Amino acid sequence: MKIHEYQAKLLLSEFGVPVPCGRVATTPSEARAITHDLDGTVVVKAQIHAGGRGKGGGVRLAKTPEEAEQAASQILGMRLKTNQTGPEGQLVKRVLVEEGIGIRQELYLGIVIDRKAGLPIIMASCAGGMEIEEIARKRPEAIVKAHVDPATGVQGYHTRKLGFGLGLKGDLFKAVVGFVTRLWRLFEAKDCSLAEINPLVITGDDRLLALDAKMNFDDNALFRHPEIQALRDLDEEAPLEVEASTFNLNYIKLDGNVGCMVNGAGLAMATMDIIKLAGGEPANFLDVGGGASAEQIENAVRILVSDKNVRVVFINIFGGILRCDRLAEGVIKAVKALDVRFPIVIRMEGTNVEQGQRMLAESGLNFIAARGMKDGAEKAVQAGRGV
Amino acid sequence: MSILVDKSTRLLVQGITGKEGTFHARACRDYGTQVVAGMTPGKGGAIHEGIPVFDTVAEAVAKERANTSLIFVPPAFAADAILEAADAGIRVIVCITEGIPTLDMVKVGRALQGREVRLIGPNCPGIISPGKAKVGIMPGHIHMPGRVGVVSRSGTLTYEAVGQLTGRGIGQSTCVGIGGDPIIGTSFVDALRLFQEDSETEAILMIGEIGGTAEEDAAAFVKAHVTKPVVGFICGQTAPPGRRMGHAGAIISGGTGTATEKMAAMQEAGIVVVKSPAEMGAAMARIVSGVW
Repeated sequence: MKIHEYQAKLLLSEFGVPVPCGRVATTPSEARAITHDLDGTVVVKAQIHAGGRGKGGGVRLAKTPEEAEQAASQILGMRLKTNQTGPEGQLVKRVLVEEGIGIRQELYLGIVIDRKAGLPIIMASCAGGMEIEEIARKRPEAIVKAHVDPATGVQGYHTRKLGFGLGLKGDLFKAVVGFVTRLWRLFEAKDCSLAEINPLVITGDDRLLALDAKMNFDDNALFRHPEIQALRDLDEEAPLEVEASTFNLNYIKLDGNVGCMVNGAGLAMATMDIIKLAGGEPANFLDVGGGASAEQIENAVRILVSDKNVRVVFINIFGGILRCDRLAEGVIKAVKALDVRFPIVIRMEGTNVEQGQRMLAESGLNFIAARGMKDGAEKAVQAGRGV
Repeated sequence: MSILVDKSTRLLVQGITGKEGTFHARACRDYGTQVVAGMTPGKGGAIHEGIPVFDTVAEAVAKERANTSLIFVPPAFAADAILEAADAGIRVIVCITEGIPTLDMVKVGRALQGREVRLIGPNCPGIISPGKAKVGIMPGHIHMPGRVGVVSRSGTLTYEAVGQLTGRGIGQSTCVGIGGDPIIGTSFVDALRLFQEDSETEAILMIGEIGGTAEEDAAAFVKAHVTKPVVGFICGQTAPPGRRMGHAGAIISGGTGTATEKMAAMQEAGIVVVKSPAEMGAAMARIVSGVW
């Protein structure tokens, strides 16, 4: 789960990680009032989950409360387009108004899970402001890394390695030790999957500050963090994906016209692949889970057909334990209830396959039976073209 | 032979009195696995589905000589269940549970390091040595005994692959689902090493997916250490970057973990890589017809 920058900064403050002074505003007049309180130059920053906000015109400097009000009125309500939002952009509903900071140097600091090592890893670099992937590619030697064993947490040698690696001395060296230790505590306490401070800045008056902050959380751990769950912003997620998640369906919208419904994530990805190989484009990724109950099938069909691009649906279920007659029943019920007009190609394996196929054939609805996933993909792509 | 589970497997089911635990304990036993004990704290002394239930794993090990465990407990308690099994001396722990917090698995991973225990999963279908023992939730009837080892990160896609093999009369020595989470107990490399050492396995089918670098590591291992023929497939060739495709581990981030990179690394290592998931069985058939 992702959160906004202003939410991340509140969490950082809570854990004693220094951030610039500022507050979030939903109206231009609030932005003006905050700027008045901050008493100086401010930065007005659009709050959307996607990165690249500055380049898209979502970050502006303002020297007076009036300028801040004007900047906020321009940013609030805009559809901000960045390299991460897609062509339609993301509607800006909030801005963060922060004190302007004199920057002497920009650094990078991030904590993620290193899957290969099976441990969290802290990464730091003098090349702040850049994407970490870009640093890793261009100057891998510029990244200092330290793995952390959760049993012992961050130790002095970790922070020393990072501090020396960043070339810091004196008070700044001491500051980075505290900074890293607190960021780690937050990462661990809230089950983060990413805590990234980019840039971490050294200010003109030699302080360390988190100028920007990106935090992601482990979806699997949200059950023990209701306070983090409360930070979820549904406006940032595609409506169909939000609806699917309430039914325990895993749905991701794509750009094609072949809707797919599959049980299991791996088979669902493979089904997308085979549709593409057959010359079509998948409209979505949809995993109804290993079991797939009749109710879930019905909800899945409804979500699939509410995507306007969909011209044909390909259902690929390898059940084994799942009974195909029950699957057929769920699909027939859903298709009748929703009055689906376009063709539905069904490939299923499991017990009672013949009975299931007979039910589909005798239903009088527009079903096309497939044998194997290749046959199914080809029939679906063909049927999609025919409409 | 086969790997990890066989006729000597004495299975304990942790969470046996739950719905899933009950159903699959029965299915494993019906397949021919020796299901010797169940465990649910507070229900010790009961007989469930004809299987004795214990309060602790240690008792199941002491009284029924359980040596393998199959875990069905909810995500919040799964780390505890794995560690209890390891501490009680269980040698092969298969964790089916989906949705375990990553940091819990980080701790479990560290705790198991250097110990004589093998964890499979979590978030996996389990492991089966056809005709010998089934320790997992896969449909037993689609398998057939034979000489191809199957290792995969996914569940139903593995069934698809096994269905293709069996449909062509190609049997399997052991099929391992290693799981779709970022942190798992048994990697591709671990499974490949076991298959390479297993005298009964003559070829290997490896099914990977986008995200992480496990397939690249596996390719390097195959190049250096595996003499048996390997067929590979990577799912998620069409997945967009930055989106988690169901499995917590299946996400392309920062330009790494793409199917293209993985397929190239595997090909370079001499693995026969198929582009279409419908070709897994056919590719293996071409190989084994030359070998056997």
